[in-house]
Amino acid sequence: MTEVIATNQTILVVGGGISGLTAALEAAETGKQVVLVEKRPYVGGRVTQLYKYFPKLCYPTCGLEINQRRAKMNPNLTILTMAEVTDIQGEAGNYTASVKLSPRYVNDNCTGCGDCGKAVTAEFDDEYNYGMGKRKGAYLPHRMAHPQQYVIDPAIIGTDDAEKAKAACKVNAVDLDMQEETVSFKAGAVVWATGWQPYDANKIQPYGYDRFSNVITNVEFERMADPNGPTGGKILRADGSPAKNIAFIQCAGSRDKNHLLHCSRICCMATLKQTHYVQEALGDEGKSTIYYIDIRAIDRFEEFYQTVRENPNVSFIKSKVASIVENRANGNPVLKGVDTEGYHRYENEHDLVVLAVGMQPSVDKASFPVDIVINEEGFIEPASENGGIFAAGCSSDALDVNRAVQQATGAALRAIQVVNRVAGTEG
Amino acid sequence: MSDLNTAMTERYRSSFLKEVEANVEEGEWVKMCMQCGVCAGSCPLGNAWEHTPQKLFMMIRAGKREAVLSSDAMWMCTSCYNCIARCPRGLPITHIMHGLAHYAKRLGLSPKNQPTQQFAQIFWDNLMKKGRVNELKLGLSMYFKDGFGQGIKNAMANQKLGQNMMKAKRMSAMELFGGHSIKDTSGLQKMIKKAQEIEDAKIQGNS
Ligand SMILES: Cc1cc2nc3c(=O)[nH]c(=O)nc-3n(C[C@H](O)[C@H](O)[C@H](O)COP(=O)(O)OP(=O)(O)OC[C@H]3O[C@@H](n4cnc5c(N)ncnc54)[C@H](O)[C@@H]3O)c2cc1C
Ligand code: SF4
Ligand code: SF4
Ligand code: SF4
Ligand code: SF4
Repeated sequence: MTEVIATNQTILVVGGGISGLTAALEAAETGKQVVLVEKRPYVGGRVTQLYKYFPKLCYPTCGLEINQRRAKMNPNLTILTMAEVTDIQGEAGNYTASVKLSPRYVNDNCTGCGDCGKAVTAEFDDEYNYGMGKRKGAYLPHRMAHPQQYVIDPAIIGTDDAEKAKAACKVNAVDLDMQEETVSFKAGAVVWATGWQPYDANKIQPYGYDRFSNVITNVEFERMADPNGPTGGKILRADGSPAKNIAFIQCAGSRDKNHLLHCSRICCMATLKQTHYVQEALGDEGKSTIYYIDIRAIDRFEEFYQTVRENPNVSFIKSKVASIVENRANGNPVLKGVDTEGYHRYENEHDLVVLAVGMQPSVDKASFPVDIVINEEGFIEPASENGGIFAAGCSSDALDVNRAVQQATGAALRAIQVVNRVAGTEG
Repeated sequence: MSDLNTAMTERYRSSFLKEVEANVEEGEWVKMCMQCGVCAGSCPLGNAWEHTPQKLFMMIRAGKREAVLSSDAMWMCTSCYNCIARCPRGLPITHIMHGLAHYAKRLGLSPKNQPTQQFAQIFWDNLMKKGRVNELKLGLSMYFKDGFGQGIKNAMANQKLGQNMMKAKRMSAMELFGGHSIKDTSGLQKMIKKAQEIEDAKIQGNS
């Protein structure tokens, strides 16, 4: 049985992405007891799936490593992975949370040696790479995963593979008898940091993501550009041939009453960043064309934008693409629309199309454990009705990492104020 | 120039957008257009017309009053609703197109020989007589709108269609003699006249 020691002065953080991790660390480092609940087998969230960060083009792993070290060193922080909050009862200063823990089938003895992974044979779609590429049934979710602890896919439990994994482990870390369990504990305040998910590109019917194999999304492109990713950093078409003439379609599913109402705010910068990936992978052979309504490189990002503007291998077409058809002969996507600067009709063929899909908040109002104020875009509002529950990062708005982290620090402060009040009345 | 047109030009001298907002059906939506181009790119008319909705909306904002109102663009709209379904801003584009056409016609600025407009007029006149459309007379008026010779040619070319319509009882040769009507034709005519007076008063009030 997993035991969680907590009181009504404990802060519960739901979601261990960069925002939740930041809020948890900030609170724990002021001496508060913090329990972090993360659904995935590892912390870091979606930034672990990015190749590089704008605007500095540095590696997300760098900042994450610092956070992971802070987490390891802090005795006030308890991290529960493969865990989901199923219920919250009570009010500010006195909540009781129920958390469901899914079995990992690997215990804390795991050294991350990888022998179990080598021993098993069954393969599954690799969710870390958005289904591009495969992983084994005993796996480390990604190279830099924290904790560095293997996971056994429940699908191999009861098969030969499970026994092979167990036999391969020299330190007795594989425990095939682990069961799902639910733990309940107290908390004074809650930071909600469940982040975002890429808008479902299948819903943007005219772009044919579901029909054309050379139409992909920006999150997939991040994985493709990563030398440790499924293509080894090569920018490839579905048939494995190199893509050189790449189109980026902005606002794919954002700023649209048929999809997400809001501007997702990061996708212009993500695309500008991704033209650097094209340049890096292909040099002058790689051409990027950005189809946009307007480029939103907010405040200090203007310079980043201007640098990309000056790159002769990047072109800009001011137009929201109306539709994509496929050239049957070569599988090329053909983009159709009208250029706003001059109102010329175009039909442009590209090797590969990257849809700059937006951020959909991962806040499910229907199954939210308590009443909460959510705006028409699906983000949590900073409302007094929310009591001691505070949104952090992309649960509160479409934010880049810098802004998400700032916002998460603010949420941690609000949570600290609540538990301080509890301490004041009790102490 | 019609009197109404002169009055409207006077009143909205500084802003054609305001004129459209006040007088064109759904005109207040025009300013919501973000010039993304999806309507233009989704319209089945493609290259066939002078100005796409996107361009018309920009022209309205740029004050190109003459060019917009005398254009045949909005008369070409087939009401397929592609643009409305796709517009990210939810503009009722089809309605604005028809609203613009209607307003241009009221001001006497619409292009004289535009066939959709001619058809609309013929249809209206036909409907007003009996309160129901007389398909036979409507067809004949369309065929003969460009003169007798062209009319015979048109009628011959569409002979098959006419015959099929008669077979399917969608049209009757007897329609040539009077034709079917509603019970109270004069009542309908009075109602329409009243509606027109209200409309006129509204637009005069704006002028
Ligand atoms: C294509 C693309 C490129 C980008 N590039 C950059 C960039 O270069 N620079 C930059 O600054 N920003 C970039 N961003 C934005 C960046 O990804 C976000 O700012 C960041 O991920 C926000 O972190 P978060 O913690 O708020 O959310 P997330 O990363 O989504 O983390 C949320 C965490 O909560 C967990 N979770 C979800 N639901 C539950 C639940 N019910 N219970 C428990 N846990 C749950 C998730 O598993 C996840 O670990 C990019 C975004 C995109 C789409
Ligand atoms: S479970 Fe055992 S075999 Fe697998 S990585 Fe961990 S220590 Fe190695
Ligand atoms: S950031 Fe750019 S691409 Fe993303 S929704 Fe806003 S305008 Fe569109
Ligand atoms: S689709 Fe809508 S917002 Fe876009 S140009 Fe047309 S009218 Fe304007
Ligand atoms: S409704 Fe009219 S303007 Fe709109 S797409 Fe169809 S034809 Fe074009």
